[in-house]
Amino acid sequence: MTNLDYKIIVGLEIHVQLATKTKMFCGCALSFGEDANSRVCPVCIGMPGALPVMNKQAVEFSLLAGLALNCEIPSFTKWDRKSYYYPDLPKNYQISQYDLPLNGTGFIEIPLEDGTSKRIRITRAHLEEDAGKNIHAGDAFSRVDLNRAGTPLLEIVTEPDLSSGTEVRALAIELQRIVRYLGISEADMQKGHMRFEPNINLAITKDGTEYRTPITEVKNLNSFRALQRSVEYEARRQLDEFIDTGKTMVMGNKSTYGWDDNRNVTVLQREKEEAHDYRYFPDPDLVPVEVDEKWLSKIKSRLCELPLQKQKRFVEQFGLSDYDAGVLTADKATAEFFDETVKAGAEAKRVCNLLTQIGLKLANEKNCSVAELGILPKALAKLCVMASEGQISASAAQTILVEMSGGENEPEKIAEEKNLLQKNDTGELEKIVDEVLANNPDAIAEVKAGGKKSKKASGFLMGQIIKATKGSANPQMAAKILSQKLGQ
Amino acid sequence: MDLLKLTCKELRDKIAVGSIKSTDATEAIFSQIEKHEPQIAAFISTFKDDALAKAKSIDEKIAADEKSGLLAGVPICVKDNMCTTFGPTSCASKMLENFHSPYNATVVEKLLAADAVIIGKANLDEFAMGSSTENSGLQQTFNPWDTRCVPGGSSGGSAAAMATKMCFAALGSDTGGSIRQPASFCGVVGLKPTYGRVSRFGLVAYGSSLDQIGPITSDVADAALMMNVIAGKDENDSTSIDEKTVPVSDYLAGIENDIDKLKIGIVPEFIAAADPDVRNKIEEAIDCYRNAGSEIIEIKMPYFDYSIAAYYLLATAEASSNLARYDGVHYGHRTDSPADYVEVYSKSRNEAFGAEVKRRIMLGTYALSSGYYDAYYLKALKVRNLIRGDFTKAFEKCDCIMMPVSPTTAFKIGEKTADPLQMYMADIYTIAVNLAGVPAVSLPCGFDANKLPIGLQIIAPAFEEAKLLRIARMFEKRNDYHLEQPNLTTNKHE
Ligand SMILES: [Zn+2]
Repeated sequence: MTNLDYKIIVGLEIHVQLATKTKMFCGCALSFGEDANSRVCPVCIGMPGALPVMNKQAVEFSLLAGLALNCEIPSFTKWDRKSYYYPDLPKNYQISQYDLPLNGTGFIEIPLEDGTSKRIRITRAHLEEDAGKNIHAGDAFSRVDLNRAGTPLLEIVTEPDLSSGTEVRALAIELQRIVRYLGISEADMQKGHMRFEPNINLAITKDGTEYRTPITEVKNLNSFRALQRSVEYEARRQLDEFIDTGKTMVMGNKSTYGWDDNRNVTVLQREKEEAHDYRYFPDPDLVPVEVDEKWLSKIKSRLCELPLQKQKRFVEQFGLSDYDAGVLTADKATAEFFDETVKAGAEAKRVCNLLTQIGLKLANEKNCSVAELGILPKALAKLCVMASEGQISASAAQTILVEMSGGENEPEKIAEEKNLLQKNDTGELEKIVDEVLANNPDAIAEVKAGGKKSKKASGFLMGQIIKATKGSANPQMAAKILSQKLGQ
Repeated sequence: MDLLKLTCKELRDKIAVGSIKSTDATEAIFSQIEKHEPQIAAFISTFKDDALAKAKSIDEKIAADEKSGLLAGVPICVKDNMCTTFGPTSCASKMLENFHSPYNATVVEKLLAADAVIIGKANLDEFAMGSSTENSGLQQTFNPWDTRCVPGGSSGGSAAAMATKMCFAALGSDTGGSIRQPASFCGVVGLKPTYGRVSRFGLVAYGSSLDQIGPITSDVADAALMMNVIAGKDENDSTSIDEKTVPVSDYLAGIENDIDKLKIGIVPEFIAAADPDVRNKIEEAIDCYRNAGSEIIEIKMPYFDYSIAAYYLLATAEASSNLARYDGVHYGHRTDSPADYVEVYSKSRNEAFGAEVKRRIMLGTYALSSGYYDAYYLKALKVRNLIRGDFTKAFEKCDCIMMPVSPTTAFKIGEKTADPLQMYMADIYTIAVNLAGVPAVSLPCGFDANKLPIGLQIIAPAFEEAKLLRIARMFEKRNDYHLEQPNLTTNKHE
């Protein structure tokens, strides 16, 4: 039996579709699901003589992402043409960025399951235009839909710092959270707004010697699940292959795999892909982009507290569990709704419980975010204060929250209408206590006798009081009156 | 009055006051076309019916005292590499022979907005690659001064049409001399403006960082008038220059005024290297300026010699990428029965591109290939910067530089086609101007022993077209070469 140990090494390439008003180099609106070739113009379908004009919003979105990913931002960047022939690429070159990307090296912190976080280095993040889509409908020929051609894509490349399928997934989710917080992408997986390409290999230690397995790239993954599983599958496959063949990495050689989502396996597409010659050169139709301090600081001012920062703050400042903080910061609107409610005077843990136990369920049912339920943070804060002060019970608070999601923002009114206010009127409570005592002389005797039976008897009397008030008595107050009456 | 003797500006002025009808001018142009086009073959397409309809509408506009544009009613032709929604935009290529553009080039929009009457689209070397119009994939254009000769290129159709008075003004495009050299060969005026002064939107790209649209006219004032119509920033062309940075001039204002104490730079070796007839006429032209009070200064341009090498790397690199879109997939020629999608590309391109286009695509692809990029493309860029430096230094000493447009006059059809390198070398005087992005004009300065026109090239600093045209006008006022017409009846056509 040989002594064999291994580490998974993964680097990620991620394409994020930016939520700009128009395409990267023309005035066409971005498209999803429209009739084929209905959102095109001479520029994005590469007609003779048409020229690209840079979309400034796309550049600003990319820079915002770069700032959030702690990237170095050079003051000078340019556009390059990347040449290859493919029917969905109308000019047969893609306008991209080669040696001077908008965003240089940076890093992203990803949350791990144990509540800590890990720093993954970013190699670069550049802007480019998307291609169209080839449609193979089974005719004797294929068709091309160019609606997507020219859509702005931010390509983010990480260093191979990821070491498990879980980490890769965590990065993907964290990145989704970030771009949504920044408002630069809808990051809708179903619409293909985020596409992943992991590069995977193993560092295997066998009898004290380290071996690296050949790197494989899995193409075009568009779900977190597929991303994680493909990495895990590839790791197993590569380990088996190494045990069988002992094959190790050769520099510059990379096989390309696809992911079969039904069978949950990777499928070889191209072996040892020869280094493609894209013949990059600066696009003479576009001018270089100079990012000066003034522009950058204007973009910086749009930067918000990022999700992981927020999550950590919720744990530290409010004592929430990492899990709850994660749930509340999953989307920006919910996190801000929570923050505002707390700011309006509510106790953080109580807001958290109400939102995680009831609010998110309601939002889910209505397919919106908590912030869109029609509840004002101030009103929710009021509700929380009522519960904290004992005017309503915890369960009543939940009932009222459900009512509030119907658009009624006065929790007191709901409590009154639904008769959920706890009886805090001492006089009235005293009368009820007196009645209960009058009807239960035996129990009084047992209480006064002391000992084991005494506790049980006082519990019985409390139960009778609550029953008599139909549950609306404030339990602390009732207990206080009872013990006074019994002379304790 | 012989209507065809009028300049574009004179005609415009007469149409504007109603003393000549645009319809008559347009009719005159078409009867000229009917008479001479079979001999010259300048046009790929003509639009007689549409042009006459347009002329009529402009006559009506003027009769109704409505405001009319700068070129109201003037028949104009454009080179067939500028997109028009009317007629094909063929680039003289089998690839685009039947291609109809869904949009108008910005310059075409500007001509139409100025109420010009576009009468036809002129022949060129396929995709503007060439210096003789022999590379047209559709037809051969003949030089009106001697139909055994080439008209020059690549704007050979525009220049021949202008010289034959088959239009009152024409647009050409100039990547390495493609306006100036045919203007010189055909005895007309050709202006290549500063790179970025005129929008390239809708100009089918050859070498994007060098291409520039400009006028071909019968005199310098007409070039100025055309510039007043076509110059300016275009939001659709990122490389067009912001008018806030460099305002557009009124190019006609002050054009008749001589420039006092003009300093003219010359490089004696350049002039000496031209054919004797060319050399003599250039020297005479410089004497003419000297007599007018200009100072002649000898300058050096040490990197000029490398311009051909740099140009044929940069222009072909850009061309290899610009022409990648002609693939048979989206529009243009598609091969009949491809076996697979790779054949759609390879066969369509092989069938439709001519030899020179293929040669340049291959040269450019090679120059951009991994492992060669640094040695070729990148080095060419460095040379380009040095050439720019040559001009910058020169313009510290002088207002303009004068040299020939071409070392020879128009050569015989077929004379140079066997040796592409010899053809490339003939661009020696024009190419550096494109690499530096500065403006230059070609104007008629005499004839050789065979009565073939010779062109004087005047080069000015960037964005100084107004001054450049004034300098050129000084010569025109003192000479009549631009008024001479080719005798098309005694022409030695085989
Ligand atoms: Zn478009």
